[in-house]
Amino acid sequence: MAHTEAHAAEAHAHDHAPQAFIWKYVFSKDHKVIGIQYYVTAMLMALIAGLLAMLIRVQLAWPEVNWGIIGKLMPLGFQGGEGQPYVMNPEFYAMLFTMHGTIMVFFVLSTAPVSGFGNLLIPLQVGARDMAFPFLNGLSFWTFFCGCVTILTSFFVGAGAAAGGWTSYPPLSALRGAVPGSQIGQTFWIIAMVFFIASFTMGGLNFVTTIINLRTKGLSLLRMPLTLWSMFLVAILGLLAFPALTGASLMLLLDRHFGTSFFLPTGLVLNNAPMVGANGQFVHQGGSPLLWQHLFWFLGHPEVYILMLPALGFTSDILTTFCRKALFGYKAMVGAMVAISGLSFIVWGHHMFVSGMNPHLAMAFAVGTILIAVPSAVKVFNWLATLWQSRIQYKTPMLWAMGVVSLFISGGLSGVWLGQSAPDIQLHDTFFVVAHFHLIMAGAALFGVFGATAMWFPKMFGRLMNDTLGKWHFWFTFITYYGTFFPMHYIGLAGHMRRIYDPYQYEFLKNLAPLNHFITISALILGASQVIFFVNFFWSAFKGEKATANPWNANGLEWTTSSPPPHGNWPGAIPEVHRWPYEYSNPSAPKDFVMQSDPPLAVESGH
Amino acid sequence: MATEILDARGPERLPLVERPGGPAGRGPIREGDGGGGPGAAFDPAQFGLWAFLGTVTMLFIGFTSAYIVRRTGMDWRPLPLPRLLWWNTGALLLSSAALEVARRRRAALDLRGLRLWLGATALLAGLFVLGQFQAWRVLRALGFFLSSNPHSSFFYMLSGVHLFHLAGGLVWFALVLFRLRGARYAPAAGGRTLSLFATYWHFLGLLWVYVLFLIFVF
Repeated sequence: MAHTEAHAAEAHAHDHAPQAFIWKYVFSKDHKVIGIQYYVTAMLMALIAGLLAMLIRVQLAWPEVNWGIIGKLMPLGFQGGEGQPYVMNPEFYAMLFTMHGTIMVFFVLSTAPVSGFGNLLIPLQVGARDMAFPFLNGLSFWTFFCGCVTILTSFFVGAGAAAGGWTSYPPLSALRGAVPGSQIGQTFWIIAMVFFIASFTMGGLNFVTTIINLRTKGLSLLRMPLTLWSMFLVAILGLLAFPALTGASLMLLLDRHFGTSFFLPTGLVLNNAPMVGANGQFVHQGGSPLLWQHLFWFLGHPEVYILMLPALGFTSDILTTFCRKALFGYKAMVGAMVAISGLSFIVWGHHMFVSGMNPHLAMAFAVGTILIAVPSAVKVFNWLATLWQSRIQYKTPMLWAMGVVSLFISGGLSGVWLGQSAPDIQLHDTFFVVAHFHLIMAGAALFGVFGATAMWFPKMFGRLMNDTLGKWHFWFTFITYYGTFFPMHYIGLAGHMRRIYDPYQYEFLKNLAPLNHFITISALILGASQVIFFVNFFWSAFKGEKATANPWNANGLEWTTSSPPPHGNWPGAIPEVHRWPYEYSNPSAPKDFVMQSDPPLAVESGH
Repeated sequence: MATEILDARGPERLPLVERPGGPAGRGPIREGDGGGGPGAAFDPAQFGLWAFLGTVTMLFIGFTSAYIVRRTGMDWRPLPLPRLLWWNTGALLLSSAALEVARRRRAALDLRGLRLWLGATALLAGLFVLGQFQAWRVLRALGFFLSSNPHSSFFYMLSGVHLFHLAGGLVWFALVLFRLRGARYAPAAGGRTLSLFATYWHFLGLLWVYVLFLIFVF
């Protein structure tokens, strides 16, 4: 059976790439094209979700502001006109933060690093002609695309998009009459989620199968680059965690449209009227809103590591390449990622400390959560040890990777606060939480994506990104990112709630206005500086400096083929692997890097 | 260029770095070090299918935990077990058995027997599907609807989700039949397709027994 596979792979290598535009670039089965499709779609979604964030920030700093032309363009979101100033509706504000979170978490930060770079890099790094199931891979992208269309369409249906938070807690999300956002928009949210999960599952099956079955000769598991390890673990997390949300979404859909009571308790009062049927009984009986929270966070916590782990993998590969040193503690790094993945399944309760859970149970969840600090610290110390005494080359990818290390530390420290139930009960649902997850989850994942873009751009388009523009983009982003999210710790400690439309209706939050102004100005600069990235991306893709096969003198298999790689990835035979990917500055080697595929050195052949 | 790279080296004292993958990561390449090539450990399609069964299993584990939580509700009313469901279960399990006989017929190069037993598989699968719809009708006639109480909600939902996966299996079965019919009799290729499908079909049988156990016995 394996022999027929090998023959099939060879036959595949010899047949020609599809020539028609539609099969080559649109409904492609080539992992590189699919990776770029995923990446570009995710970045366009990021643009939309980022604009939503700008609206949120302006509202939080100046709730009384006259929105002018923006208000005129979106009559459902704003009231005013005819001489009156345009003011944002509270319902519209709820929709903004819901859709910002949903799109960013699922359609941007799960997609760009995992589906985008995963598809681009896995076959190149394992030494395969393509993914294990290329058709499934193409199907996966178009399923994802349907999800994107659904979630974007939801802005324009009925009373607008979902507005129950990205976590969609029932009963708010389950009662169609509760808020405008709980009408058809919420149904679209559920359908988009199902599309997304189906697509991610197909991708995950491809990832694990390709990494387990299609590694080239010599590439044992413990010779894989950490990027591959992260993709492998992320795929497993996705396959095991997402079904919980699939099931929960189906139950929510039945509750919303078919009168079941999975999540809806007895005695609901909607718009000051008890929800009773014709027989005088409550329509919904006995359901448990907490059940949704458990199912959602059983997915939700592994999900944040789905965002994080690829960034950690990219960072390890980029750091070693640009400080020309072997990775410190490779096995410990692998072990740490495995440990983080495993622990992610038993800590979901730390999102629910205020749900009235038994304090002993909260204790167990808190201990599990704090344990995650151990493998996380292993990673940080190993990165620092890798950087120690090295002569760092400050190229754009390196800056982003060091940014990831910085954000991972600063965001991780507040995680130790939030992971314990006692401080969390105080800090829950404040801006402290917003600060925490934007630094560690969103920020590290985003910086990882930018770093990987600069690093592997040659394998996408055969060109290098402009280094000067890249550095400008980095420094603007780095400074304003901290400028935006670091002060949120203070306003959170001061009691500023998240998801609040107008903080200044409360006396005790009025004196936080100057900090909120600072955050908003910082956020606007952060948003504007992304223009540099988009300009650099498209300019470099068409006009950038042509890249050689291995422009960074890196070691991985992806650097043994041309930039961009041809259809089938290697024109000739697939290279064999003789060592791990971090053999930098070995004094016995003729160069300061020894690629994974280089034949064994004299010193390597034993004594 | 080369000198520039050498200059970029770290200091003379290289830190001790543990090199994974055998003694200092430098051992000779062994067959099957990587998954691919002649030493491949698994058939990729079989592996991918098992991974998929893993994710479907997680879906039903999620439903099970919801079931256990929801069962403590005050409004839980036990649902009567329609006798028809036993017949349905029998039909589904027998279709699995017929598929196994078909595989053995194929291995014995008995093309006629293969067709006969694949036909039996399809017939029994069809009976199961019709029986499930009929069971829903029986329950509706007794006044148990999707929203009547949590027990009936779970029954309709879980049997529906199972039937959805079974519908996917039937589409796949049609493709298998098409391949076996259209192609000239090719023992190796047909056997692989058939054994992949059989794995999924047996899984669906087991899954249905589990759903039945969860809802009416547990």
